Amino acid sequence: MERRRTPLWDAHKQLGARLIDFGGWDMPVSYPAGTIKEHQACRTAVGLFDVSHMGEAYIRGANAREQVERLTTNAVASAPVGKAVYTLLCRPDAGVIDDCIFYKRSDTEFFVILNASNRMKDVDWFREHVQGGCDVVDVSDETALIAVQGPKAVAMVDALGDGTMAGMPSFTFKDTTVAGIEVMAARTGYTGEDGFELACANVDAAALWAALHAAALPLGGLAVGLGARDSLRLESKLPLYGNDLDDDHTPLEAGLGWAVKLDGREFFGAPRLREQKATGITRQLVGFTIDAATRAIARHGYAVVDKSVSDTPIGVVTSGGPGISVQGSIGLAYVPTSHAKAGTTLTIDCRGKEIAATVVAGKFYKRS
Amino acid sequence: MSFPTDLKYTQDHEWLRAQGANWRVGITQFAVDQLGDITLIDLPKEGDLVTKGQRFGTIESVKSVSDLYAPVSGKVVAINTGLKDAPESVNTEPYGKGWMIEIEPTEKVELDELLAPDAYTAHVAAQ
Repeated sequence: MERRRTPLWDAHKQLGARLIDFGGWDMPVSYPAGTIKEHQACRTAVGLFDVSHMGEAYIRGANAREQVERLTTNAVASAPVGKAVYTLLCRPDAGVIDDCIFYKRSDTEFFVILNASNRMKDVDWFREHVQGGCDVVDVSDETALIAVQGPKAVAMVDALGDGTMAGMPSFTFKDTTVAGIEVMAARTGYTGEDGFELACANVDAAALWAALHAAALPLGGLAVGLGARDSLRLESKLPLYGNDLDDDHTPLEAGLGWAVKLDGREFFGAPRLREQKATGITRQLVGFTIDAATRAIARHGYAVVDKSVSDTPIGVVTSGGPGISVQGSIGLAYVPTSHAKAGTTLTIDCRGKEIAATVVAGKFYKRS
Repeated sequence: MSFPTDLKYTQDHEWLRAQGANWRVGITQFAVDQLGDITLIDLPKEGDLVTKGQRFGTIESVKSVSDLYAPVSGKVVAINTGLKDAPESVNTEPYGKGWMIEIEPTEKVELDELLAPDAYTAHVAAQ
């Protein structure tokens, strides 16, 4: 099957990107600079990311606020207008359908950005569950999304923008223009750095990218592929749906209790989450590091073992890779709560070798 | 994509260079491009025996881990210890400082099965 292309495909080709199949999309995994340099450019200057493969939808209607309230684990509906809110979408058994960010435009209009691989599933789920004439409008095919991230991102975008964007608080958004192009600009990201995510019409995407790229290069910025997008998000312990989140694990097990607001609210999964909160979880997602001297990387799917407990694996690595801005290698794993305390030594079966890893609390990388 | 004409190749994207009676082994530019930035390389010890087609080591990039397969059977007579601290040499100089091991072949007939540069170029073009 023909891979889908974002409106920036020609720009990626011109930059010499290596394109791979990513969920049916022909996406840049890296550019000639390579994943490590792209990662470092985002940590020290600015990185540009084409994330136009992600899904976008509106939920609109006189009762949109009540409907969104039922769909989201976090307090999206009651948020102030102009706020962006990270939330989970849960099944009744509290398995995670997707993680996403809602943007409250008014009590009658919410915008949402969805994981590319879940777009159809999410939109179908919204449509199945909204009531009372609420519209779910999937605008993914008309909408491009460019993330601009890094310590120099905010000033750079604001210089191309309306001159007030630097004053926007984290997790807010507004409609404005950047390089003369109409965008919805959100002070959000998936790298652990400050920056913006800019949504625009497909037809404007190439011009916006060109303006951003021209501004980024003199600052030491680079276009960044999916390889570094993954290493950046992992260092900041941001979960990836399909790896660290799925419908077999609840948000509480994934350590996302902060995005689950149960007080006085009813939403899909709330009864089960209340029960789980009362009885306590038995397994949880933890971060781990492997000492640089061990020279090993524990990757997605590797087993966590403890022969003193069981001959079968006690847990599984959900994401892992080399640290680029941090020493050694890093990863996330679901383990029994008995093994989840910071400082606990985990044993991970790395392709037949038993490797010691240490559970660590918090992010692997914290920006200064 | 073109490849050095003084080397032999395998279908697994390794190159071999004759060093007297021994053969130095590395991976090709094509393999390097597929892997991206290389971060860790696990090699055998000097004196280990390797068997053609069997795993002799692993190579990890940011995104993936891949096996290294012995191109010929024999004894490992040298390893590139420089890769321990500078695995990126494989990215920058895959046919030079990025070499991995040297093998003293025990099955000379296996050398005849290696690909000549033009055959390897055709193999890559078909990928």
